[in-house]
Amino acid sequence: MATPIEVENLTKRFGEIAAVDHISFKVKRGEIFGFLGPNGAGKTTTIRILTGILKPDEGKAIVAGYNVVEEPVKVKQCIGVVPEVSNAYVDLSAWDNLMLIGELYGVPKRERIERATKLLKEFGLYEAKNRLVRGFSKGMKQRLLLCMALINEPEILFLDEPTSGLDVESARLLREKIQQYNSEGKTIFLSTHNMDEANRLCQRIAIINHGEIAAIDTPENLRAQSVELQRVEVAFDKSVKLEEISKHPEVIKALSAGNKVTIYTADPSSIIEFVVEFAKKCKVRILSLNTVMPSLEDIFMKLIKEHGKK
Amino acid sequence: MSFLEQIRRSVTISKKNIKIYYSKGPVIIFGLLFPLFLFLAYTIGREMPTKELMPGLIGMTTFFTSTSVGPAIIPWETRSKTLERLICCPIKFWAILIGDMLASFTFGATISLIPVVIALFYGLELINFLIIILGLILSSFCFSALSVLLSSYPPTDIPATAMMVSSLVKFPLVFISGVFIPIEQLPYWGRIISSISPLTYFTDLVRHSILNSGYYALPLDFAAIIMFTAIFVYAAVKIHERTLPKRIS
Repeated sequence: MATPIEVENLTKRFGEIAAVDHISFKVKRGEIFGFLGPNGAGKTTTIRILTGILKPDEGKAIVAGYNVVEEPVKVKQCIGVVPEVSNAYVDLSAWDNLMLIGELYGVPKRERIERATKLLKEFGLYEAKNRLVRGFSKGMKQRLLLCMALINEPEILFLDEPTSGLDVESARLLREKIQQYNSEGKTIFLSTHNMDEANRLCQRIAIINHGEIAAIDTPENLRAQSVELQRVEVAFDKSVKLEEISKHPEVIKALSAGNKVTIYTADPSSIIEFVVEFAKKCKVRILSLNTVMPSLEDIFMKLIKEHGKK
Repeated sequence: MSFLEQIRRSVTISKKNIKIYYSKGPVIIFGLLFPLFLFLAYTIGREMPTKELMPGLIGMTTFFTSTSVGPAIIPWETRSKTLERLICCPIKFWAILIGDMLASFTFGATISLIPVVIALFYGLELINFLIIILGLILSSFCFSALSVLLSSYPPTDIPATAMMVSSLVKFPLVFISGVFIPIEQLPYWGRIISSISPLTYFTDLVRHSILNSGYYALPLDFAAIIMFTAIFVYAAVKIHERTLPKRIS
């Protein structure tokens, strides 16, 4: 399996609206591929197509070497899915949920029992294995969903907002597990709203908006492409004239809030020198001075805005 | 993946349905209490020999019990989003529906055995008992397929709506299928209408076996039940497949 996920011109329309609009990308073997986008951008629809739940109107998607339209059952046999909404059977126990899913994947009984025991212990659910899922907390349900997605030992994992709405401890455990399974060789397709999570976990990120891919790259390259979002934040002991600062050729934009000035620039070091000189000249003291690299959130907002204008 | 492997997974779905849905309120009400009260309303105060009541009792029990689980499953699974979970698994959609039919069939066939066994105490011969059992198995599956078909449209996620739609079809069928009035006593137009109900052929088959007074020939009863089963299974799969995107969007 050279390329675990290969998508070409994938399109899905609901009536007049194109939820996914001719998107193309490839996910490399063993990578965590982040899929970022605002609500309604087409993330879940893309995952539903790639996992064989929905049929695309146009384009091609190959997952685990199989075409999702022509051989959906073979695709499903090789993947594990954690959907956006918790959907374990609440009238069954955690154990019964795992046995059910294992049986549906054709996992032999002995292996099913071994894997379920191991997973429940690993995710801290073993003590609660005979309790109905109805009484589980959101964090427990989400951990169970990940256990259910792993019962068939899939090559590829699709995770749709897996840590959304979770408490800090559960979210951290899930992230650790995602990293652990990735280090064991699993390819992970991660849809998330959480920029920090994408930044920490993903080797590459695709940003999707209005059903179209706005950018695909590593978090570092995305930052490098957005040098204009770098900024120098300076706090003076008294207010200064913003026009003086804005005149500098390397300043893209300067904003002030009280005595604090934020200067957007592609060349922070020359701005730092300029600010020091400026403070001397204006006889003001610098209380603090920070260089801030653009966050993934800044880049995301910029790309979404640019994409929206197009 | 082989056909047999898919059927094995249907059995897994069916076991899950049995665990979850048999104890649900609407299943108990529509599957057990309704036919019981309907039967009591029909028999109390009428001086009929018990043996003559048996075909109606068996027909009604089989029909109501076999159609009580099927309409509820897909709407329930739609609402709880577990339908999406099942579709993520390597099982074809038709196999999921067969699993739902099997759960409905098991409920219907098991409970309907009770009046059939009671009929043994009223002089039912062994050969006729076996004919009823075979008819019961075929008819229970036929009615189960009908019940899953009845939940296909509208693609609702409210079990009560599916139950209501299914009752709208089920009740008229009971009255035109020779359960209360033997087919030969119906007017000509009544007999025409009754011929489009699968329950007619099962009730007729039971009348043959218990009272020796069926309207159609036994092979025709069996053939009609098998034909209706094929139509219901095919239609249920096709319509559910068409409405599936609406259920998960």
